[in-house]
Amino acid sequence: MSETQEFRTGDTPLPDVLILTHKLAREYDMGSETVRALRGVNLQIRRNEYVAVMGPSGSGKSTLMNLIGCLDTPTGGEYWLNGQRVSDLSDDALARIRNKEIGFVFQTFNLLPRATALHNVELPLIYAGLAARGRRAQAEHALTRVGLADRMHHKPNELSGGQRQRVAIARALVNEPSILLADEPTGNLDSTTSAEIMQVFADLHDQGQTVVMVTHEADIAAHAARVVTLRDGLVAADQRRAA
Amino acid sequence: MSFFEAVRLALQQLRAQKLKSAFSLIGVFIGVTFLIAAWSIVNGMNTYMTEKFAGTLVGVNTFHVRRTPNFTPNVSDSVWRAWRRRPRITFEDARAVEHGITIPVQTAWWSQDRGTVAYGLKTTRQVGLNGASAAYFAIRNIKIEMGRAFTPQEDRAGSNVAVLGHDLAERLFEGRDPIGKTLRVNGLPYRVIGVAERRGNLFGISLDKFVVAPALSPIQRAVNPPGVIDALMVRAGSEPEMRAAMEQAEGIMRSRRHLRPRQDDNFALETAEGVLSFWGKIKRALLIAGPGLVLISFVVGGIVIMNIMLMAVAERTREIGLRKSLGARRRDILWQFLSESATIAAVGAALGVCSGILLSALLDAVTPLPARVSPGAVVLGVLLGSVVGIVAGVYPASRAARLDPVVALRQE
Ligand SMILES: Nc1ncnc2c1ncn2[C@@H]1O[C@H](COP(=O)(O)OP(=O)(O)OP(=O)(O)O)[C@@H](O)[C@H]1O
Ligand SMILES: [Mg+2]
Repeated sequence: MSETQEFRTGDTPLPDVLILTHKLAREYDMGSETVRALRGVNLQIRRNEYVAVMGPSGSGKSTLMNLIGCLDTPTGGEYWLNGQRVSDLSDDALARIRNKEIGFVFQTFNLLPRATALHNVELPLIYAGLAARGRRAQAEHALTRVGLADRMHHKPNELSGGQRQRVAIARALVNEPSILLADEPTGNLDSTTSAEIMQVFADLHDQGQTVVMVTHEADIAAHAARVVTLRDGLVAADQRRAA
Repeated sequence: MSFFEAVRLALQQLRAQKLKSAFSLIGVFIGVTFLIAAWSIVNGMNTYMTEKFAGTLVGVNTFHVRRTPNFTPNVSDSVWRAWRRRPRITFEDARAVEHGITIPVQTAWWSQDRGTVAYGLKTTRQVGLNGASAAYFAIRNIKIEMGRAFTPQEDRAGSNVAVLGHDLAERLFEGRDPIGKTLRVNGLPYRVIGVAERRGNLFGISLDKFVVAPALSPIQRAVNPPGVIDALMVRAGSEPEMRAAMEQAEGIMRSRRHLRPRQDDNFALETAEGVLSFWGKIKRALLIAGPGLVLISFVVGGIVIMNIMLMAVAERTREIGLRKSLGARRRDILWQFLSESATIAAVGAALGVCSGILLSALLDAVTPLPARVSPGAVVLGVLLGSVVGIVAGVYPASRAARLDPVVALRQE
């Protein structure tokens, strides 16, 4: 089934492997007991893949996404992103990776409520140190890509849920990241809007974007060519489908 | 993130949370207002004291030979009692000093008390009655606006002639010509021969409510026991000449009083400097109390800002998490919150500068206190205010910067 090559500690991933986790573990020390959210996840994702991550609630999907997105640091194992071992980078180096390599889309959108769509999309560019003029052009381009060219100066509360999520996607895309991560991006949306958002992801994938998405719903996972299923902090299944 | 970006973000935050921001501004605002107002008063008083008070009350290059100093910071009871036991300055003392000084000087006798002046049915109480020599006007720099001062002949003869202060003349004569009229000084008849130019007031007390008559005229009875004066005024042409004249005067007085070398003077030689040193003592007290109060309001202001910023960090934890997830480094977050607290403080300081200047102008106009805004106070106010803002922001900002992105994002 899996064509990826066996990875051993001390190896480096193959060039076209964008994400590689090896025995990736994340434990939460809760004082009396230790919650083992991830217990050794081995996963390889190549450039331009579209991967859906499924699994029951509490199986560790969000934990895995946070680790892949460099928002969190593992308690064990290795994580390679784009040929770079990130499991032991400094805080500032991680910030730089989050800024340049990763676009994260959250279930709850996480837009700044008082800022316009345009300013929200500009945020990653501000932290990338871009000058104001270049930022604006790039942010406008990203908003156009998600079909919001006519809503740039609206604030989040003047936008529908679907439009808000589009702003969030534009923000994730604006720095042209290596990978687009989405944790239940349609979890707060109705089914019609969900379908539209899924179409946006599908289009982006068609344009060459690597996408990893957590979802609960099988019909949404059907958009993906590969479905990874987690159970109790381990990969229970890893299925590919012909496109 | 650039400086302007950070300040813009901070101003946005201020605008969005007006009430909270207004509250957080208060400490620095009050501190700066107080700093500027207090400094203006000290500054204004200083100008007043050095330019006007000392000059008009004592005179330039002038010293007074007196029984005790006139302008003294609170002296102890024992010193005071010792002063009361000193012999008074007599006519003979004054004459001896006048004749004994070899340096060219102008001299005038001077005695003063308060009394009543009446003209027709009008009576004014609490008028400064001055028994003085003809040179008094020159030494005191009192210009005659109408009529004339008395002559040395009238002075020697003790004629019943008087020069009125501007206010007194206005009150008694209400616009009519006072020259040649006869009024009563503590019941004694005097002919008005001149009116002095207006001199304004000092701490709200009019400097123009006085009458001057020759020292040997009957006014003598109203102001001093027989044969005694308050002071002999001696004015020299320059500061060194004044010093030399003072030494001579001291020698003459000591030999008249038969003081042995080890004994202290039992009289006082007072100069404008003496008055200024009195003011200097007041100023020093103000300069110790003033900064204390300013410091307290800045410390309180800093604590308020710190708490507001801690609240802001707690409230915006999710925003911080989001910014971090988008690539903000620790220093970006630190910078953001520091500029926010510095901006709060700077705005507070700017408002404080405005209100401090207004308050100073108001004090100057409404109260007898002279106030003059000093640029130094404005600069210091803004500087201190901003420093307070930055210092108060350090702890909350570093807490924000250290937040873990996942933890911060999970917060509701
Ligand atoms: N901060 C934390 N502290 C303690 N335990 C945690 C923490 N975050 C997650 N967990 C635990 O780790 C396990 C995996 O959680 P995770 O959020 O990854 O699940 P999930 O698969 O995303 O679930 P869902 O589908 O409900 O979102 C759960 O048992 C959860 O209770
Ligand atoms: Mg989850």
